[in-house]
Amino acid sequence: MRKVAIIGLGQTPVREHWESNLRDLAVTALRDAMDDAGVETVDGVCVGNMLSGALSEQEHLGSLVVDYAGLDGVEGMKIEAACGSGAAAIRMAVKAVSSGLMDTVGVVGVEKLTEYSGKFSTAALATAADADYETTMGLSFVGINALLMRRYLHEYKFNKSDFSVFPVNAHKNSVHNPNAMFRYEITDAQYAKSKLIADPINLLDSSPIADGAAAVIVCAMENVSQFKGKPVSILACEVGTDTLALDNRQDPLWLKGVERSVKKAYYLADIKPKDVDFFELHDAFSIITALSLEASGFAEKGQAIKFANKTDISVKGGLPLTTGGGLKGRGHPVGATGVYQVVEAAKQLRGDVAKEVQVENNNIAMTQNIGGSGATVITTILKRIV
Amino acid sequence: MDIPRYWRLKNQRYRLQGKKCLDCGNLSFPPRLVCPKCKSRNCEKHYFKGLGTVYSHTTIYQAPDRFDHIAPYSVGLIDLEEGVRITAQFTDVLPADIEIGMKVEMVVRQIYEDGPKGPILYGYKFRPIIAA
Ligand SMILES: [Zn+2]
Repeated sequence: MRKVAIIGLGQTPVREHWESNLRDLAVTALRDAMDDAGVETVDGVCVGNMLSGALSEQEHLGSLVVDYAGLDGVEGMKIEAACGSGAAAIRMAVKAVSSGLMDTVGVVGVEKLTEYSGKFSTAALATAADADYETTMGLSFVGINALLMRRYLHEYKFNKSDFSVFPVNAHKNSVHNPNAMFRYEITDAQYAKSKLIADPINLLDSSPIADGAAAVIVCAMENVSQFKGKPVSILACEVGTDTLALDNRQDPLWLKGVERSVKKAYYLADIKPKDVDFFELHDAFSIITALSLEASGFAEKGQAIKFANKTDISVKGGLPLTTGGGLKGRGHPVGATGVYQVVEAAKQLRGDVAKEVQVENNNIAMTQNIGGSGATVITTILKRIV
Repeated sequence: MDIPRYWRLKNQRYRLQGKKCLDCGNLSFPPRLVCPKCKSRNCEKHYFKGLGTVYSHTTIYQAPDRFDHIAPYSVGLIDLEEGVRITAQFTDVLPADIEIGMKVEMVVRQIYEDGPKGPILYGYKFRPIIAA
């Protein structure tokens, strides 16, 4: 297997992009990444997206993006794994390049969620869950996460207010990310007063739906000197799965998909959790931040909040989290999110982020993209190239 | 609405029909073609009694379109006596009165109506067991 690298990065701001359509968002990010890399063309394009069919009446995104990006005749396909679609698309590119089947692959995650009413997109997002046995019971996607949070509070005896540490940190970082949707800080007091969406989850536990596209160019490590882009090494990009429905899991508070994905990723990268210098995790909801930290091996079961307070998750702390603002502060354009996470981590390793959020002496970054309530998890480990 | 889909699910929705593995005895709901424990395909129908306890619960304020008119409503994870967990709405109880560990029983209720002229979907919901 060949070693692989990321040689180019592109992203649109995460916003309510009323003036741009799906294809233009995708093409902008992809072409920006190609310009950053200095590539004229690619051997293939992987498009990460969840809801283009439901919300834009558009499927067949692979060829559409290839066509509008001016890559006539190049192979293109859409990859779907709910909110994990973005990193799943990166995974496909890594497989293609490491196997030697392709030399250079463009990956673009794109999503457009804000055209319809919130209730309509809430229903569309719920299709990540089991349609026959979860969604038809009236369960929203927030509701599934609320069931997890309620049980967590019950088993480990935390107060709901203890969870504010995660969104407060995410917003502190998003202030310095020009592509983030919410560039302001929030306080513990605001968190405590925030409106309930699905009890006990409130508005400030939840990442906002948004539009956006992010892209990376994946190439063989042996070829990086051919390009002008600043390369970052991909040590691992590994997938773990679990039951689609939450109720089918023996212990819903232990994300087996996360455990399976990180075990493979740590093994391939030949690292331990303590070697990770910062972690761009999937904070779609505060509870998922906690469960991810635990199943990824950073904190003991039920101890993520204590870990966060002790280790310090700020940019200067022992394990900086969501340095680009996370899903909470940057916004969550679902099928694009996994690519935004990798773009953020690569920028950190290249030393290209605002100095207020630059993690000092960073060498190894981890990102984790989670589809549904943990049924598809993709963990990516990146390394600085000196 | 996809009428064949709801017709296919009627035994699950009205009678909690799942599967029992004839090789290892494992029970599943929903029914599966492959036993999740021993991977056997040698399974038979199994009807759950519909008695259980609340594992977790939530009250939904911002609902998907179809359920918007009944919000807020409560949904939970119910541990059935037979050792299987299922997702269902609560009925005949106020959100504030639902607790983890509470004993509940299955009843058949309306789940939703698909528009003024569409069919009505019925299915299981759970209510507190009131001591006799
Ligand atoms: Zn079996």
